Amino acid sequence: MSDHYSKDQEFMLPATGSFIALSMFTALMLNWLPWQGLWLALRPDFAGLVLLYWCTHKPHRVGIGIAWTVGILADVADSSLFGQHALSYSVLAFGGILLHRRIQMFDVREQPLQVFPLILASYAVFASVHWLMRGNMSWEFFLGCLTSALLWLPMSILLQTMRRTRSDP
Amino acid sequence: MDNTHSFRFFNRGPSPVARLIFFAMLSLLLLFIDARYRHLETIRSILALPIQPLQRLATGISTQPGVWWGQVSGYLDTHGNLVRENTQLKQEHDVYAAQLLKLQVLQTENEQLRKLLDVSQQAQYPMQMAEIVYVDRDIFKRKVLIDKGSQKNIEAGQVVMDQTGIIGQVTRVYPWMSEVTLITDRDHAVPVQLLRTGLRAVVFGSGDISNLSLRYMPISSDIQVDDVLVTSGIDGTYPPGIPVAKVTQIERDPAYPFARILCTPLAGVDQQKYLMVISGLHKLPELPKETVKAPETKSKKSRRKKNE
Repeated sequence: MSDHYSKDQEFMLPATGSFIALSMFTALMLNWLPWQGLWLALRPDFAGLVLLYWCTHKPHRVGIGIAWTVGILADVADSSLFGQHALSYSVLAFGGILLHRRIQMFDVREQPLQVFPLILASYAVFASVHWLMRGNMSWEFFLGCLTSALLWLPMSILLQTMRRTRSDP
Repeated sequence: MDNTHSFRFFNRGPSPVARLIFFAMLSLLLLFIDARYRHLETIRSILALPIQPLQRLATGISTQPGVWWGQVSGYLDTHGNLVRENTQLKQEHDVYAAQLLKLQVLQTENEQLRKLLDVSQQAQYPMQMAEIVYVDRDIFKRKVLIDKGSQKNIEAGQVVMDQTGIIGQVTRVYPWMSEVTLITDRDHAVPVQLLRTGLRAVVFGSGDISNLSLRYMPISSDIQVDDVLVTSGIDGTYPPGIPVAKVTQIERDPAYPFARILCTPLAGVDQQKYLMVISGLHKLPELPKETVKAPETKSKKSRRKKNE
C-alpha cells in the first residue's frame, strides 16, 4: 500500500460501533426529510453514501449484512417493495468491500470518480427492479447518483475529521 | 481482491461473493413474495411502528422553523386564539365546501340520470378529515401518507378527495397512518363519465403531476376541450359524480385507432394539506351482495344508456 494510506490511518480514532450506528441513523433521517419534486430527484442517497464510506474504510466491521438491514429499513420507510433497497444496498456494499483498497489508494479529491460507478450500479439495480415489477422508468431518478458522487467528498472529509483525535491547536 | 483470497490468516466468515449471493437471493425472494402475495404486510406494519415516528420527527424538524415563524408572526398580528380558531374554521369550511360541491354535481347528474334511467342515486357517505403527514420520497410513485390509520377505521380501497375533486385512493393502511396513491400515479385508473354527454371512459394517471390521459377513446368520440370528467361510480370503488379532471388537449390522428386526450386533475392533487377520506361506500343501493352479479347489472345499464 502507498504511504498515503498508512499516514491517513495513523491518527484515526477507532471507529466505535455507536459512532457507525449514529452516522447511519443520521443518514437515514436525512433521507427521510420531506423531499419533493425536483429536489427529490436531486437528493443524494445519504444512507447509501454513509454505507459505502464504512464499507470502504471498515470493510470488516460493516458488511453486506448491515447494508441489507439498512435497506430493509429504507424499504419500510419508503414503502417500496420489500428487498428493493436491500438488494441495491447489498450490491453497493459488495462493490465497496471489493474495491476498498483501490478507493483508499486515491486522494480524497479523486475518490468521487472512483465511487461514482458503484453508486450508479446500485441505482441501476434499484431502477431495474422497479422496471421489472412495474414496467416503467423515470430517467431523472439517475440524477441522484451524480449528486451522491459529488457529496462523497464533503461527506468523507466530515467523517474523517470526526474520527480524528482532537489535537491541541 | 487477490490478497483477500490468498492470505486468510484470520477467519472472517464467508467471502463477500458468498454473502452477496446470499443476501441478493434473500432480497429477490422477498421481492417476489411482496410483489405476488400479501403475506408480508404484517411484518411491514410491525417494522413501520418504530420507523414512522422517526420519519414524522424528520418531517417535523424540517418544517419546524417555518412553523415557529408562522407562530411568531401570528402572535404579532393577532392573538394565538384567533389563529387557532381560524384554522379550525378553515377545516370546517373545507368539509362544507366539498359537500356543497358534491351536492351541485349530484343534482345535475341526478337530473340527467333520472331522464335516462329513472334511477335516483343516493350518495350519503361519512367523511373523515385527514392531514398529509409526508409525501412519499420514491420518485417512481405518486403517493402521500395521511395521519389516520386503521385505528380510525381507515381501510384500503377508500377514496380520498379534497374540496374540488378526487385525489386518490387508500392503498395501504398502518395503525396510525395510511398510504394514499394519487390519481396521477402511473397507470392508476379511475372510471369516469363526461359530465356533458354521459360518455363513459377510464382515465389513467401518467406519473406526472399535472397530467392524466384518457385512453382507448375512438377518434370519433364526442369529446371537447374543457369537458369535465366526473366519476361514474361503476365498479363501486369511487362514489359517482365527483369531479376528477378537465380535458385540456385532444389530438385526433387518423393513423391511430384511438385519440390522444390529455386532462388535468381538478383537485389540487399536489397542493392540499388536508384531505377527506370517504368511508362506507358499500351502502350503494343498486349493488347486490354477490360480486358475480354486479357486472350484469352494469352491462344492462350501459346497454340501456346506449339505446337512449
